[in-house]
Amino acid sequence: MSSDLNAFITEATVEGSADGPLAGRTVAVKDNISTEGVRTTCGSAMLEEYVPPYDATVVERLTAAGATIVGKTNMDEFGMGSTTETSHFGPAENPAAPGRVPGGSSGGSAAAVAAGEADLALGSDTGGSIRNPAAFCGVVGLKPTYGLVSRYGLVAYANSLEGIGPIAPSVEEAAELLDVVAGPDPHDATTQQDDGRDVGPTGDADFASAADGDVEGTTVGVPRELVEGADEGVVARFEDALDDLRDRGAETTDVSLPSVERCVEAYYVIAMSEASSNLARFDGVRYGVSGGYEGNWNESFARSREAGFGEEVKRRVLLGTYALSAGYHEKYYAKAQDARAWLQQDVDEALSEADVLASPTMPVPPFERGESLDDPLQLYLADANTVPANLANLPAISVPAGETDGLPVGIQFIGPAFGEASVIRVGSALA
Amino acid sequence: MSDPVVDGEEVRHVAELARVDLDDEEVDRFAAQFADILSYFDSLDEVPEVDREADLANVMRADEERDSLSQEEALANAPETVDGYFKGPRVS
Repeated sequence: MSSDLNAFITEATVEGSADGPLAGRTVAVKDNISTEGVRTTCGSAMLEEYVPPYDATVVERLTAAGATIVGKTNMDEFGMGSTTETSHFGPAENPAAPGRVPGGSSGGSAAAVAAGEADLALGSDTGGSIRNPAAFCGVVGLKPTYGLVSRYGLVAYANSLEGIGPIAPSVEEAAELLDVVAGPDPHDATTQQDDGRDVGPTGDADFASAADGDVEGTTVGVPRELVEGADEGVVARFEDALDDLRDRGAETTDVSLPSVERCVEAYYVIAMSEASSNLARFDGVRYGVSGGYEGNWNESFARSREAGFGEEVKRRVLLGTYALSAGYHEKYYAKAQDARAWLQQDVDEALSEADVLASPTMPVPPFERGESLDDPLQLYLADANTVPANLANLPAISVPAGETDGLPVGIQFIGPAFGEASVIRVGSALA
Repeated sequence: MSDPVVDGEEVRHVAELARVDLDDEEVDRFAAQFADILSYFDSLDEVPEVDREADLANVMRADEERDSLSQEEALANAPETVDGYFKGPRVS
């Protein structure tokens, strides 16, 4: 296996069962998903030596399905970034665009699949962390509906937004991996339970059969707010992909989503607030970098976190603490929750007029390495098209849509809750 | 609403609440960045009030004994342990 790309933080071989739907396939697993006996760093110095004593549910399901796990992939620290450059273990390369970032935060997973270092990969997506690197590396990435895939064993960053999903060379292969990991889990009470309460999964998913490319009669809604302002070359590839779908019998129609204009700020307020709470567990006592025994526990914890966290993680923990603090909670956190509810109404309405919504996955082609590190706000703004699906808890897929100046472009399809089959079907018409 | 004023003192205060030590350079950099980012977040003021319909249901399980980590497994990642316990810093 080549390690030139720095796609893996830890290479390891975990053999799966002899047979099963993924027998003979290799799978790379993002390094924030717990693997028993194989260190799980989250791309952080804090967890450089952390070895989980148990497997995430998705890892148990992978090996039971016959997959061989080939390693733990590089990522932005704790999932906080969109370039894989905030990793304590150094940036990963983009095999589809040398010198450019692979996207993030699941950049190692997308790079490993794009370079053939693994047949398939698991990533996690809190605000685009599966779809962004899939688009930048020219592969397929799917963020499932919130509650379709168990998060048990996923190291928490922003629980109300994040989920685990597949990255693969084709839509059909992504759907095959989703079939294996989807379904209720007694260890994650937010997975949709099979109790007749809703339309959630039953544990014997068959998403792969939806990858038939048949879009005859499908209505694709295009929220123009997510197309305007995107890079010209990206828009050209996006429009080509829509032409392709129309040639195959789909209809396209413009829809309006005024609430998306406030999504990036709502997303970051919620994600940072949840992060500041979730990352409070890192005190250097039960795991992580010890802050020593000088002074009192506050001093020790503050030293542990200074040494163990990188700059982006500190930035988000501090901003989240600020947004939740007395006097600012109503101004930031409560308004962000309003924005989230507003978006959910908007999207429900748009999806009553269309089967899926389409946009460029990323408004820009892959950044040059180092280009975006000095201005965090500019980098956050590039998440405009991916964060709505997280805020609305909806499934979304990124599918390759050609290149602009030799750089990969992705098209995103968003579907209704537990409508993975519809985004898989439309996506499979293109890849 | 006016732009929030973020100075070094405020960054240090939040860092103390969050239990993160910062060096002087980080404090300066964060003060400038936080002013930018928070003034961008101010646009949330334009969001209309929305009825939040929470469609939530409790998920319960039977209160039955089940396997858990052994003491040894639970302690395996601790930087220091004493007599089968985590070793923590002084409380005060």
